[in-house]
Amino acid sequence: MKRLATLAALAAIALPLWLAATASLSPEARLFEGPVWLPRELALEHYRALGSHGDFWLGLRNSLVVASLTTALCLPIGALCAYALARLRFPGRAVLLAATMATAMFPQIAIVSPLYLLLRALGLVHTYPGLVVPYVSFALPLTVWLLVGFLRQLPAEIEQAALLDGASRWRVWFEIVMPLAAPALAATGILTFLYCWNEFLFALSFTLGPERQTMPVAIALLRGQYQIPWGTILAAAVVSTAPVAALVLAFQRRITAGLAAGAVKG
Amino acid sequence: MCLPAVGSIATVALFPLLWAGWESLHVHDLRMPWLGRPFVGLANYAEAIGDARFRAALAHTAAFAAVSVTLELVLGTLLAVALDGARRGVARTAALLPWAIPTVVAALVWRFLFDGPASAANEVARLLGLSDAPIVWLAEPWLAWVPIVVADVWKTTPFVALLLLAALQNVPAELVEAARSDGAGAWQRFWHVSFPTLRPALLVALLFRALDAFRIFDLVFVLTAGGPGTATEPVALYTFQVLLRDLRFGYGSALSMTIFLATFALAWLYVRLAGSELLERER
Repeated sequence: MKRLATLAALAAIALPLWLAATASLSPEARLFEGPVWLPRELALEHYRALGSHGDFWLGLRNSLVVASLTTALCLPIGALCAYALARLRFPGRAVLLAATMATAMFPQIAIVSPLYLLLRALGLVHTYPGLVVPYVSFALPLTVWLLVGFLRQLPAEIEQAALLDGASRWRVWFEIVMPLAAPALAATGILTFLYCWNEFLFALSFTLGPERQTMPVAIALLRGQYQIPWGTILAAAVVSTAPVAALVLAFQRRITAGLAAGAVKG
Repeated sequence: MCLPAVGSIATVALFPLLWAGWESLHVHDLRMPWLGRPFVGLANYAEAIGDARFRAALAHTAAFAAVSVTLELVLGTLLAVALDGARRGVARTAALLPWAIPTVVAALVWRFLFDGPASAANEVARLLGLSDAPIVWLAEPWLAWVPIVVADVWKTTPFVALLLLAALQNVPAELVEAARSDGAGAWQRFWHVSFPTLRPALLVALLFRALDAFRIFDLVFVLTAGGPGTATEPVALYTFQVLLRDLRFGYGSALSMTIFLATFALAWLYVRLAGSELLERER
């Protein structure tokens, strides 16, 4: 009974992805006949067609640039703050932790208008910094929250010994805590990257065309002249999702541990 | 040490929020720069209250949040109970896949599954005997909600289950065994033994999912674009249209502030009601 329910749930989770993948590998004409439960023939025409969709590849490149830059900025800033929150006792610590959490749950649409006006005044609309700056501040609460959860699990004794020996807090942070937290940093980095890779509202609002649009915007706006080119869209979905999905599955143990500890949805 | 983090969060989240509040008290139309930016007090809010499309969008959002979050919590609990004891690697893989996929991509996949007379959704409806004629899901005001809710439930239920699974593993096995030997059925064991342990996790999941459902944007943008007409338009999408399509920044900011205040009130009310219980469990 239990096993049956589990199998049914797994099938329900996997089936949509399976149908999308098989459709992306089927000839266009086949898609009008019904869902491809089991592919009989393999057609790569949609992937070839995707090759000539410059906008999609631009989107992938932009996503890669924006997500990498954001992650590279978020990790050191977040690790510093998370260490302080996890180890130091200072007034306002609890308030700060709660405020970080609150920002993570904040509806983004609430600040699209002032951010747009701000970026416009600074001439940053339709630029990489115009996306990275909002992303950093929205991804930071997530980074901090996850890292606090991870750092609390590290034993404090080594740090205390180093402090007794006269090492400064900064040195302890850099030379002891950071190497110990390397796996946690990797997992947090992946989640931060994923957040930027998937973000849509800001990317749509603060870019004007394919040159700076990220992958989700490029895919959402992928349209044919007369009808929706499903084959190509699904091929694009597979190409843009598969590497990230593989990354997440490779690190699934650490990621779930972090997410369960922080109870955060990215 | 927190200064860099707090500083950047404050400049890009808190400061703009205050700016949005100030902006919402003005008429500011980027299409008509000659109007300038006159101060109009609460006129934008008065317009929002009288705006039938905004009220409809609020109702859509609330209804969507209620339906989808209920489904996600019920199905998530069932899935967690089913997965409890199964090999955990499988559970994690299954739960993380829909969650890790970009919402836009998930929305496109579901749109494909509901699109056209030969779609998978129609095939399933035919197999279940629900309908002989192909259903045009995305063209009917009520039916267009089906793919939206299904896609949201598909994407987030496994994640809810994962959170609950972590809590479920804290249920002492001896307690379950004792209940079993006392003759408690499966349902009684769940309701009297597991469920009390699960409650705090459920409350946390409820808050996160509700706040998340309230800001739904990507899914609807891709699946229905708010259509047919504005039948599936949530508040975030309407505000986006007012801001970046109509370029009415004053009025759009008033809508933004309304959404923010509604979310804030929701979270505050929730913490007042459930917060004490959560804190007690922590200790």
